[in-house]
Amino acid sequence: MSKNQSVILQCEAVTVEFDGFKAVQGMDLALQQGELRFLIGPNGAGKTTILDVICGKVKPSSGKVTFQGAVDITRRKEHQIAEMGIGRKFQAPSIFPTLTVFENLEIAMRQRRGVFATLVAKLKPEEQERIEAQLKMIGLQDKAQWRAGGLSHGEKQWLEIGMMLLQEPEVLLLDEPVAGMTDKETDKTGELLHEIARRRSIVVVEHDMEFVRNFASKVTVMHEGKLLKEGSMDEIQGDDRVAEVYLGKRRDADVSRSTA
Amino acid sequence: MEVILSQIFNGLSISSILLLIALGLAITFGLMNVINMAHGELIMVGAYATYVTQNLFNDYLPASLFNWYFVLAIPVSFLIAFLLGLVLEASLIRFLYGRPLDSLLATWGVALMLQQLARTIFGAPNVAVKSPTWLDGGMTLMTGVVLPYKRLFIIGLVIVTLLAMFLYIYRSHAGRRMRAVMQNREMASCLGISTRRVDALTFAIGSGIAGIAGCALTLMGPIGPALGTYYIVDAFMVVVLGGVGKLVGTIIGATGIGMFNTLFEFWTSASLGKVLVFVCIVAFLQWRPKGLVAMRSRSLD
Amino acid sequence: MQLKRLTPQRLYILIGYAVAATALFCAPLYLSDFRLNLLAKFLAFAIVALGLDLIWGYTGILSLGHGVFFGLGAYAMGMYLKLEASGTSLPDFMGWSGIKALPWFWKPFESFAFAAAAGILLPALLALGLGYFTFRNRIKGVYFTILTQALVIITTTLIIGQQAFTGGTNGLTGFRTIFGESLGSADTKRMLYWVTAAALLGAFVLCRFLVKSRFGRVLRAIRDGENRARFIGYNPAIYQMLVFSISAGLAGLAGMLFVFHVGIISPSTMAIVPSIEMVLWVAIGGRGTLIGAALGAILLNYAKSEFSASYPDAWLFFLGALFVVVVVFLPKGAVGLFGKLKIPQRRQSKHEQEPIGHSAV
Repeated sequence: MSKNQSVILQCEAVTVEFDGFKAVQGMDLALQQGELRFLIGPNGAGKTTILDVICGKVKPSSGKVTFQGAVDITRRKEHQIAEMGIGRKFQAPSIFPTLTVFENLEIAMRQRRGVFATLVAKLKPEEQERIEAQLKMIGLQDKAQWRAGGLSHGEKQWLEIGMMLLQEPEVLLLDEPVAGMTDKETDKTGELLHEIARRRSIVVVEHDMEFVRNFASKVTVMHEGKLLKEGSMDEIQGDDRVAEVYLGKRRDADVSRSTA
Repeated sequence: MEVILSQIFNGLSISSILLLIALGLAITFGLMNVINMAHGELIMVGAYATYVTQNLFNDYLPASLFNWYFVLAIPVSFLIAFLLGLVLEASLIRFLYGRPLDSLLATWGVALMLQQLARTIFGAPNVAVKSPTWLDGGMTLMTGVVLPYKRLFIIGLVIVTLLAMFLYIYRSHAGRRMRAVMQNREMASCLGISTRRVDALTFAIGSGIAGIAGCALTLMGPIGPALGTYYIVDAFMVVVLGGVGKLVGTIIGATGIGMFNTLFEFWTSASLGKVLVFVCIVAFLQWRPKGLVAMRSRSLD
Repeated sequence: MQLKRLTPQRLYILIGYAVAATALFCAPLYLSDFRLNLLAKFLAFAIVALGLDLIWGYTGILSLGHGVFFGLGAYAMGMYLKLEASGTSLPDFMGWSGIKALPWFWKPFESFAFAAAAGILLPALLALGLGYFTFRNRIKGVYFTILTQALVIITTTLIIGQQAFTGGTNGLTGFRTIFGESLGSADTKRMLYWVTAAALLGAFVLCRFLVKSRFGRVLRAIRDGENRARFIGYNPAIYQMLVFSISAGLAGLAGMLFVFHVGIISPSTMAIVPSIEMVLWVAIGGRGTLIGAALGAILLNYAKSEFSASYPDAWLFFLGALFVVVVVFLPKGAVGLFGKLKIPQRRQSKHEQEPIGHSAV
């Protein structure tokens, strides 16, 4: 099996410490080209932290992350990692509120990002078309000239997904993309993900198990900063350790919800 | 030897003054993230409060009591600056939480007005405050090294203020509430703490300490409406260098800047010394952008 | 983009610009020499305001150090004028301090071209250097602002302390001629006014080009969310350094023109108070709009020249109160107030404030 050739992103023994607290301990993760991978686990399992390591926001205390089999990206800066083709969507929608929807997409679009390039950049007709196609895909074609800060929560999430797509990354890192969405919005986001997954590799951190079940793809379970289990959704659900970790958590979550 | 000793003492003395000024800032800037540019003017208010106390003693009390005016002036300065701080917080600062740059500009406007007010009331020329006679003279350490009592007194005052602050913040109920609000506002509010009252009180205490600093500065020379502006930027540098949110950082920051300032001025000249200190601070921030004692957390930005 | 069409609104704006430019260049026809000189000074200030707006209004970085950049430009030109006025002898203040020969760094300023270039490049390079050591390490927000204020203090202390080379507190003055023409003559003054008006126009066009280009959109993106811009692949530090540098260069240019009109440059012109007053010009006119910043500078300085001479005390109270009122009630300045009447949906959201100590991403 020529497995290594198609591995696009590999984390090896990544450890992250915050003031002595180990958020991630020796985590391994290998992502294939064109794979849609779900990352689940109870709160504090280190899911978001591992995304932070991959996109350069957090520097690991040991371990390495290789991209496209060659570059160790733990030594690069965030903007360099982004330029290489790793896109990140954060949990809270983070768009540029005073720019219009169109402008948000325009600056996110794949392009040369140096100061001189942007100084002389002109919007080419094909770029205009691509942005408009993207606007249609995320359902914001009527709001292109709105200030992005005035959009609803779900619309901001889509705008951000649209920005990520125009960025054309090889690897997309999504942190709870459906959090705070209505059922209808969640379904639509699911469709979007399916479509994106055809061309790119995606890592999704998700809490919503219903949502994860809709995809027949590989799931990685993390617990206390370590890899607990990797496999299909069925395998995961049949695993005793996962059930233990999750049921404990689930009960807590239910209790807190009913008393809230 | 004498030179070294007196330079070290000079450095300590400057550090203590910087620290006294920066302590109030460490509270308003460090804990509340409000950039109070009127802090220098609160110092000035404290200094004029001392001046007025002195005049009242002079006019209405027998001369034998005059020497004790300073003992009363310290709490009076604190109180007046404290009250002014309360007013300032209630009328302006509370609209500016979470907007540090705006708070900087608005409080600078307040600073201008306070300065002008002082000029209108007390006149533009500097006024002298006569220090109590028991602070005249100094302790002779060895021939050629005399430690003036005034400077020793200021160092002592700083230590006492520091201790009082430490006890208040870390050992009292009110201090615990204050830390709770500064660390997690929503949670503290859920637990029944009145965040409004804590904010007001915290800001007022920071202002009150500025008042004490002003009182101490009357020992160093004549005072005038622009007294605060001489020190304010240095004091901010102390907080930036020391890092935000911890008193230890402020102490080290003040000592560092005070000592290096003396050292560089001794080596070069007063103006070049300041440049060198600034370069050192910028260089230091290359190594530790968040200051000496920084609270690291997962939430960036 | 779809903005290319000449809608009636765009036509009005264009007409407005044309009228303003005409009024500006024809001012010598209807203003007395005294008033013209004042206006020329205000126009120079407007150039500072444009630059300050680039870095503060559009990029979200508050600099309280623009007095230094302004002063450096003014000193560069002042040195040239001083040398021209002194002829073959040493500048007078050097003689008083017992200096025998012209210091090496004064020599090149005998050339006008060098002085003019230095007046823009020195501030720009200083800003680039300071920006390199701060933005790269993500020293920003209030930390950066305080550092710029410290820069003001050390620069003024340095200039005052090195009296023999700089003229100390008195600064540089006693200029006589430029290119052999008397600085005091009405003809020269008129010429210099036109030069200043043209410089302002040029600065405006440059700033407008910057903020309307994609570069400008990236600047606003950095203001809205520096980290987010970083994760898209932009390097905010480079953008911030460049804008800060351009902004400082414009302040330097304004400083040079200021010296022509006022005939003196001293440390008090570049101290803390004038530096922060520059920020008020932008705040009152409206940060984030170029025309607002320029108008703010002109109007506030006009008000100052009218009132401060007759009521100096009241003026400072007024200035202080203005700061408070503008910051608390009019975060978008006069232009924002005007715009709010017309376009209600443009309320500034709290996102525009730079969140410090709170997580934004």
